Amino acid sequence: MFYREAGDFKTSYSADNQTFPIAFDRWRYYLVLFVAIVVIPLTISDYWANSLLLPFLIYAIAALGLNILTGYCGQSSFGTGGFMAVGAYTTYKLMTAFPWMDMVTITILSGVTTAIVGVLFGLPSLRIKGFYLAVATLAAQFFLVWLFNRVPWFYNYSASGMINSPERRMFGLAVTGPNAEVWVKYLFCLFFVIVLGWVARNLTRGSLGRQWMAIRDMDIAAEIIGVNPLRSKLSAFAISSFFVGVSGALLFSVYLGAAEVGEAFGIQKSFLVLFMIIIGGLGSIFGSFVGAAFMVLLPVLLKIIGVDLLGWPTDIVAHIQLVIVGALIVFFLIVEPHGLAQLWRLAKDKLRLWPFPH
Amino acid sequence: MKKLATLALAGLMAAGPAMADLVFPSLSYRTGPYAAGGIPFADGYADYFTLLNERDGGIGGVMTSVPECETAYNTERGVECYEATRGEGALVYQPLSTGITYQLIPRVTADGIPLHTMGYGRTSAANGEVFEWVFNYPANYWDGASGIINYLLSENDGSLEGKKIVLLYHNSAYGREPIRTLEILSEQYGFELVQLAVDHPGQEQGNQWLTIRRERPDYVVMWGWGVMNQVAVQEAANIRFPMENFIGNWWAGAEHDVMPAGEGADGYLSLNMTGVGDLPVFDEIREYVHDRGLAAGDGSTLGSVLYIRGMYAAMLAAEAVAIAQEMYDEPNITAAMMRDGMEALSITEERMIELGMPGVGPAFEVSCANHGGPGMGRIQRWNAADQQWVTLTDFIAPDDSVTQPLIEEDSAAFAAENGIEARDCGM
Repeated sequence: MFYREAGDFKTSYSADNQTFPIAFDRWRYYLVLFVAIVVIPLTISDYWANSLLLPFLIYAIAALGLNILTGYCGQSSFGTGGFMAVGAYTTYKLMTAFPWMDMVTITILSGVTTAIVGVLFGLPSLRIKGFYLAVATLAAQFFLVWLFNRVPWFYNYSASGMINSPERRMFGLAVTGPNAEVWVKYLFCLFFVIVLGWVARNLTRGSLGRQWMAIRDMDIAAEIIGVNPLRSKLSAFAISSFFVGVSGALLFSVYLGAAEVGEAFGIQKSFLVLFMIIIGGLGSIFGSFVGAAFMVLLPVLLKIIGVDLLGWPTDIVAHIQLVIVGALIVFFLIVEPHGLAQLWRLAKDKLRLWPFPH
Repeated sequence: MKKLATLALAGLMAAGPAMADLVFPSLSYRTGPYAAGGIPFADGYADYFTLLNERDGGIGGVMTSVPECETAYNTERGVECYEATRGEGALVYQPLSTGITYQLIPRVTADGIPLHTMGYGRTSAANGEVFEWVFNYPANYWDGASGIINYLLSENDGSLEGKKIVLLYHNSAYGREPIRTLEILSEQYGFELVQLAVDHPGQEQGNQWLTIRRERPDYVVMWGWGVMNQVAVQEAANIRFPMENFIGNWWAGAEHDVMPAGEGADGYLSLNMTGVGDLPVFDEIREYVHDRGLAAGDGSTLGSVLYIRGMYAAMLAAEAVAIAQEMYDEPNITAAMMRDGMEALSITEERMIELGMPGVGPAFEVSCANHGGPGMGRIQRWNAADQQWVTLTDFIAPDDSVTQPLIEEDSAAFAAENGIEARDCGM
């Protein structure tokens, strides 16, 4: 009815190539941006921000990053937690060493450092594939956690080995630390999400993204048609790690405020982000967002239904959550390997023809 | 600025409508690798408040409520739980996790809600001049480390010269807390300290015990929690390490830690900051709570070491509430009043007998400057044949001359990092 191309004329190539070619889609996108930028900061409550929106935004960046590497370039990675730790520890070192530096610069520099580390651990991907590469990235995960635990310089020789994010201000408003207003933290994270989401979308539909997808679909064929595997694989590792590093930096500095590497950036974090892109949809920008939202919302939603509404014991609800996540992953791998994003795509295709499918 | 915000918040809360209940959120963990310790503590905490409701009609005529929130010992979930329960008028938080404590210290300071980390958390929070909202009475890790060394000194006629002591610790903020104290003590008494870290969750210890076997230390001191304790005791039994030379801290000395090793665990020592054995209050809990079907969990943990500790934590909170109610002549107290009550808390032997828990902890007083209490602990030994802990010593005092300068130093560093001006406690 409303959702259709009819009457939506394109007069230039760029108009035809835009991300949202259907006018209805485009307006919906602007509406989402408007709600996210204007409405939510005005109405946000502490609980919503701290328990749902901040982790959602931060994990969305991590999921975008992993999706670039795994979903678009086909290189499996279990090192997400370790790379997030690189971002977090770079942020901590920069924040404490250069108190005058602003948080945007610090966060971007953390991403850059993570990108360099990511490229180093991406080098084996030129020789090994599939399971073997996954094991190599698993080694990165354990090595990085071990490193941040072992070398006291990374946590400024504090007795407990914890890193704490001190208060930093931008435009006179605290962005980090306990006195930061939630809407400031929210907008700070949202800024990175919008910019990085835009970058990811345009990278993946440009020539670099096409090279990644060629490598993913069949690397020998890609090499024959002139795709340089060195360049495309390493660029995927670098860009993916940049995203993951930014997400780790934000997770530590804005959301958690204090972190301990083994606990905050352990192997379970790698799996969490991996589950996000599997459930959300491999090789889909939208899927990264849906997957992150799903994995952040599910425990809270189950808790509200199980504990607050039904009055079940907290441990039963916690166990049910594990069961549901496990079942969903099996379900998606079998029934819909392209995740929630594919369901959304199918729904859109149906809507385009509705109400006269044939 | 921060003080102003806190004052404003306190004013707001005082001006708001009276809360129906006294709320004590329980950030428990009944799942995950640390559940074995989390379950009895949460049960004891909840059961004691249920007892107060059923027997006395709450505290000072106001009913208590204990909303439980599952953290799985995970800091992110802990933060979510804090945010979820904060709005309900929470009086005090007791997360039973050093990691979550580090997350919550800045938050409670900004929000003006007391945080009580009994025998865990950030040790330097004992300095009330810097940590206005954080309490860790009656004891902290540095006290515990010093207490263990004092016990070893008394066993060795006052000299540990040339001895080798291994610290087997959980590789986290929790396990690293005692290192500095032990390092200083090792210089002072001339013993050699070997540090062995065990990574989360603690099931992999083969390597560490191989090292212990090679190093042949005189003593092994353990800072463990959760499944790590059971594995360590089992490993020690496997290599036939003499159990009387193996000492756990107070989080590594519960029934479930030693039971899996069976006879092999006989003689294992641990520190304890609360009592063991049967207390008169248990009969009342059975009568008012368990027999009425109100027990938290499955009701099987009553009387275990960590159950007693959870109950003790609840008792200290309830006593502080009673003191605050008296101070302000107001039954529906706020978090700010609760803080004042905690700061004025005084536990005497008579009071503990009145409450039906004689000797459950040391007698102590909290003050504006001292949020840490006396820091005393007992040594207990596991009797595998009778399957019970036997208290070996009376409360051992720590060496304040060692821990106090460390507390000063660490809290000063925290104050500088966060721009906190120390309060003047009139000393």
